[in-house]
Amino acid sequence: MEFRSTEDQLEISELDPFLAELLRQIPASTKTECVPAAEQRLFSAPADPTEPELCAEWKLYVQPELLRLFGTATETVASDLQQLNESEKPFANCTLRIPHEHAAAWLSALNQARLVIAAKYNFTEKELCDHYRSPIGSRRDLSLFQVNFYGFLQEFILRELESA
Amino acid sequence: MSWQPRRGGAEVALSPLLASAHVLVAMETSFESSVENPTIEHEIRSEEAVGLPWQVVVHNDPVNLMSYVTMVFQKVFGFPREKAERHMLEVHQSGRSIVWSGARERGELYVQQLHGYLLLATIERVG
Repeated sequence: MEFRSTEDQLEISELDPFLAELLRQIPASTKTECVPAAEQRLFSAPADPTEPELCAEWKLYVQPELLRLFGTATETVASDLQQLNESEKPFANCTLRIPHEHAAAWLSALNQARLVIAAKYNFTEKELCDHYRSPIGSRRDLSLFQVNFYGFLQEFILRELESA
Repeated sequence: MSWQPRRGGAEVALSPLLASAHVLVAMETSFESSVENPTIEHEIRSEEAVGLPWQVVVHNDPVNLMSYVTMVFQKVFGFPREKAERHMLEVHQSGRSIVWSGARERGELYVQQLHGYLLLATIERVG
């Protein structure tokens, strides 16, 4: 896998089928359905329970807008990911191009996915920092790899934005 | 347009949480990414403002990347990189950092923006 930045886009080339599939899973991974912990994390309380009025208004006015904001970012990413389905050879390495103006949407969607997966599997800080753990073994290990891979992509995007 | 808070005092004061929708729509329509040209917030503290009883607190989260949190502080508050990193490290090491204090309405808008970036943030009364 190779990264480079051009004048108007970020490019991830030589993506093998496994990593390409992990990328395809970003939009689905942002869904919080059936995972209350994930829902609570994406829509965390704005204040402690001693401010019930503020929390209630927040739920009413702010949460729907946050939901829409997150959804828009995910839709942008899903649209960019269509490139991965255009290869004529299904198991060939492929290239993903992210327009610079989509970078913030990618950061958001990757973050949503990481937070939802981490909440779903209740990963500890120690696990999240263990970058040498093998992804082979269980669904949990694979999910941890997914969180770290998405974090790696976030770092790449942030680095390129800073140097742009 | 960038992901910056609206700073019109009258607008903010008139509609606390309803203003949130406008702020988040502004965030949505801008996905501008560069942190090179943040809007620097000039803190003009009147005697009245210094005594205001609300503060915005960012809490530790093992998932959010340190570099991401630093970028968010730069974008939302216009902090210079060093200050943003200082607050990020305080969050990481102490579990929380007070990133702003002042009037409640404006604090709520900052918390909304921080939640838009998926940071764990709350507004609380000083003391």
